[in-house]
Amino acid sequence: MMEFFWTYLWPVIVIVAESLLMLVALLVAVAYVLYADRKIWAAVQLRRGPNVVGPWGLFQSFADLMKFVLKEPIIPSSANKGVFLLAPLISCVLALAAWAVIPVNIGWVVTDINVGVLYIFAISSLMVYGIIMAGWASNSKYAFLAAVRSAAQMVSYEVSIGFVIITVLLCAGSLNLSAIVQAQDGPYGALGWYWLPLFPMFVIFFVSALAETNRPPFDLVEAESELVAGFMVEYGSSLYMMFMLGEYVAICTMCAMATIFFMGGWLSPIPYAPFIWVPGVVWFVLKAVFFFFLISMAKAMVPRYRYDQLMRLGWKVFLPLSLAMVAIVATVLQYGGVAIGAMK
Amino acid sequence: MIAAVFFYLFAGFCVASAFMVIASKNPVHSVLYLILSFVSASGLFVLMGAEFLAMILIVVYVGAVAVLFLFVVMMLDVDFAELKQGALQYLPIGLLIGGIFLAELFLVVGAWVIGPGVPQAIVAPISKTVSNTEAIGLVLYTQYVYFFQAAGMILLVAMIGAIVLTLRHKERVRRQNIAEQVARTPAMSMEVIKVRSGQGLGSNSFGSNP
Repeated sequence: MMEFFWTYLWPVIVIVAESLLMLVALLVAVAYVLYADRKIWAAVQLRRGPNVVGPWGLFQSFADLMKFVLKEPIIPSSANKGVFLLAPLISCVLALAAWAVIPVNIGWVVTDINVGVLYIFAISSLMVYGIIMAGWASNSKYAFLAAVRSAAQMVSYEVSIGFVIITVLLCAGSLNLSAIVQAQDGPYGALGWYWLPLFPMFVIFFVSALAETNRPPFDLVEAESELVAGFMVEYGSSLYMMFMLGEYVAICTMCAMATIFFMGGWLSPIPYAPFIWVPGVVWFVLKAVFFFFLISMAKAMVPRYRYDQLMRLGWKVFLPLSLAMVAIVATVLQYGGVAIGAMK
Repeated sequence: MIAAVFFYLFAGFCVASAFMVIASKNPVHSVLYLILSFVSASGLFVLMGAEFLAMILIVVYVGAVAVLFLFVVMMLDVDFAELKQGALQYLPIGLLIGGIFLAELFLVVGAWVIGPGVPQAIVAPISKTVSNTEAIGLVLYTQYVYFFQAAGMILLVAMIGAIVLTLRHKERVRRQNIAEQVARTPAMSMEVIKVRSGQGLGSNSFGSNP
């Protein structure tokens, strides 16, 4: 009996506890990311933003949560009920599932799998299903147009994100996320991270991440001036909240990926005391928050792209550029004798 | 034991959803079941220790190919109840194809039994020191590099062919030339005109004044 407990039950308990800890931390972080998004947006437009619930409006997200949960969910009579209910669940669960492999400090990861990068890439390529299914099942023209747009948009930008990731993998020599961070560890601190040698790819990754998560200026999927609310037009209450949650968790995932690939994850920017005494998770969160600030500023400042411009940017600008960079980086690593990070 | 439980779980889902692909009335549901089948199959790959293949299966088939399936099926405007009416008349062809598949499966398993060298060639153990991804790369880019390149060329030709067949430059569609727009200077597109009181613009490049 004891043997059964220690071989089978104990690992399950540990995994469940780790996952729960990660989820709770993530959900609280998302609540404040949402609050920060609204505050930053308000500050750019010289407004106050949410400031009523709690001190400085800090509990606004929790008040919103209560509002969404307590409202009545409405399912349109002509909707395809099963798929309609499944769509928000899929987008929410998939977004959360990506965090199973993201390391926030040395060893602070739920599962440290060998193909972590591919896992996140696979999850983010599945994210499009939530939107397509919602758009189709709603049986509404606005929602359907949004679904059609999203299918093209998210698939296009995945291609360039894939090539950007390949250049990072070439430099790090591993598909394991922790190993990618370790590969950036060096005596030069922040100057040794991949944002500097791979700067063009860093920019492409950031812009593609905006498009992949349907953030402004690429939020054509829910463009309110033409599609009312896009694929979410028929959704309300908890179902709508799940879409919002999935969207913001996906944004956090993209921030974490940018941190891991280009900004050295949990590494300290200056590799000397007292900076290395700071826990790694603090550096990780600071870097991720910096990326979120950039994404939020992009939303506040940049006008929305037109659809053909979006497609042109993805296929005619980012794809050739990133493809060329893969060839260039591979050539430099093979023949140039340039040792970046922990290249063998 | 745990592995066996998960094997039957994934295998059961895979077979059941594959059956639902052909059994469900709504074609969009069929594609969704197909996706579930793909995901279960990738779960089976993970159980076999082929995690790279599992992830690639999801990225390529679920993330790209099935999206296009779904896209096309959603756009179709066909009365599917009517289409299903005559489905039974295709039963002989369906049985024939199913029979051929079964025979091929038997051939594969037969070769496995008859030629003892075959299983060894297929399931040659990967060295424990290299990762899954590295092992595939080492074989694909050395031993099978010509086949790999040939497959790539075939795909490229197919892609170019599809573009050539569908690309139409319509005469009257106005296109945006980004380079032209960026190269434009204020002098090329603006003109400051002093408008005299009571006389208006007169006739100039902006058209005549009525």
